[in-house]
Amino acid sequence: MGGLTVNTKLLRQILVGFVRDEVYKVGVRKGVLGLSGGIDSALVAYIAAEALGPENVHAYCMPYRTSNPESEAHARLVAESLGINFKVLEITPMIDAYFTVTPDADNMRRGNKMARERMTILYDHSAAVGGLVLGTSNKTELLLGYGTLHGDMASALNPIGDIYKSQVWALSEAMGVPHEVIEKKPSADLWAGQTDEQELGFTYREADELLYRMVDQRMSREELIAAGFDPAFIDNVARKVQGSHFKRRLPIIAKVSNRTIDRDFRYARDWGK
Amino acid sequence: MDFTVALAQIKPKLGCLDDNMALAEAAIEKGIAAGADLVVFPELALTGYFLKDLVPEVALRLDSPQIEKLKKLSERISIAIGFVEVSADFRFFNSAVYLENGEIRHVHRKVYLPTYGLFDEQRYMARGERFRAFDTRFGRIGMLICEDMWHLSAPYILAMDGAMTLLCLSSSPGRGITESEGLGSAAAWQKLTTTTAMFLNCRVFYCNRVGYEDGINFWGGSEAISPSGEMTDRGAILEEDFVLAKVDGGALRRERIFSPMMRDENLAITVKELKRIDREKDC
Repeated sequence: MGGLTVNTKLLRQILVGFVRDEVYKVGVRKGVLGLSGGIDSALVAYIAAEALGPENVHAYCMPYRTSNPESEAHARLVAESLGINFKVLEITPMIDAYFTVTPDADNMRRGNKMARERMTILYDHSAAVGGLVLGTSNKTELLLGYGTLHGDMASALNPIGDIYKSQVWALSEAMGVPHEVIEKKPSADLWAGQTDEQELGFTYREADELLYRMVDQRMSREELIAAGFDPAFIDNVARKVQGSHFKRRLPIIAKVSNRTIDRDFRYARDWGK
Repeated sequence: MDFTVALAQIKPKLGCLDDNMALAEAAIEKGIAAGADLVVFPELALTGYFLKDLVPEVALRLDSPQIEKLKKLSERISIAIGFVEVSADFRFFNSAVYLENGEIRHVHRKVYLPTYGLFDEQRYMARGERFRAFDTRFGRIGMLICEDMWHLSAPYILAMDGAMTLLCLSSSPGRGITESEGLGSAAAWQKLTTTTAMFLNCRVFYCNRVGYEDGINFWGGSEAISPSGEMTDRGAILEEDFVLAKVDGGALRRERIFSPMMRDENLAITVKELKRIDREKDC
């Protein structure tokens, strides 16, 4: 649909410029990211390589023993086609060590723990190589809250957080992300055969069409129904957006002074840069 | 008269007066070296845009050393530049100063402070109270700051006050990506600058900054528009640039002979009707 179709040349220019500008102004030259083998991190790797030069991009693939081996192969394919630095760091020992203490943890807790384990590794390597952690969450996931707070949602800069999954697909095509990566079913790869769309109960295309009208165009519920969306689907998505809003905000602070951080102590993060 | 206008499409650093002064001075020297007669900078060129609580910290008095320095430079080239102005009673304005022959010729305080969407200017700054044209060696000029231009009355007042050249100093964030060639915000501005020039038979010089602040891009694309509404020069999109626009002095005269809308514009009717509307509003 009209609004989701983007001029990929211009989008690429803005996102590449964003990474270059925001990394350089901090006083570093490098970017660090987790490369899962999926399309979002592949696209961020392409953007970062163009912005900073492939030699300044450090990508880490962090599989767990249940991860699909195809994911690592795809991550490697992306890294090799770009010529960026690439390392595989298996998280099985750390994860398994932790869950010997709490063996009853369900899939969600295990998945969150893995996402946060990967985050600590990325931040450690960010310090090791002197680079900023690049976020790989797209706008669809962020709005639906389909991510782990302080896990895959943690980053210093996120070039793709304002573009929907459908736009991620389009830009990935335009930037030459390998087809295997673009065409496979999106998956958090927490257990074999898991796919995002199965877990969410709708497709990203459907979600994007709705979110674009709901969020970007601010169409009312009545207008969305008139546009042909199922009321149950609208309510489900709206509930997810509202229910996950806490993940998109900093922790709230109990106000007692006259000048509270973020409330009446307000500065841009690029303060002095 | 023919003259050359330089549009300094710079990338200011947020809250860094000294760095931005250095950027401005370099652009002024570049303009002088290139034979420009007037150099126009973006809105808040000396400070950056999303200042928030930094506003009081970067504000300058009109007698500050920075403005004095720019005054001195204006002996060699006319300068229009944006900064945060602090008044004697500690109000902070989003201002633009026009300097020529070592003097301040005019200060415009932004009247329309956008406070919606991604903008929050009125939270931090005081509102200007007037639109006035002023005399320069290039004839009468009017200055607008970004959002001012989106209010039809603002350039209209300046044109009725005799301005034949409009300077618009801008920090316009890029947004609204679609399948079209440019950003939504760029396309809207391009329509606005050309239409304003055409309606008022004025030259328009639009200077927009570039760079990113907290992920928000400023798209550049500074422009010179002829009095017939033709874009004659345009700066790079999203990248620093230095546009040199040669002004054909005769074009304005010819345009005003060809389409004398400003001659025929009836100030008395406009004033009468606006007064009536104002009166009826109070009832």
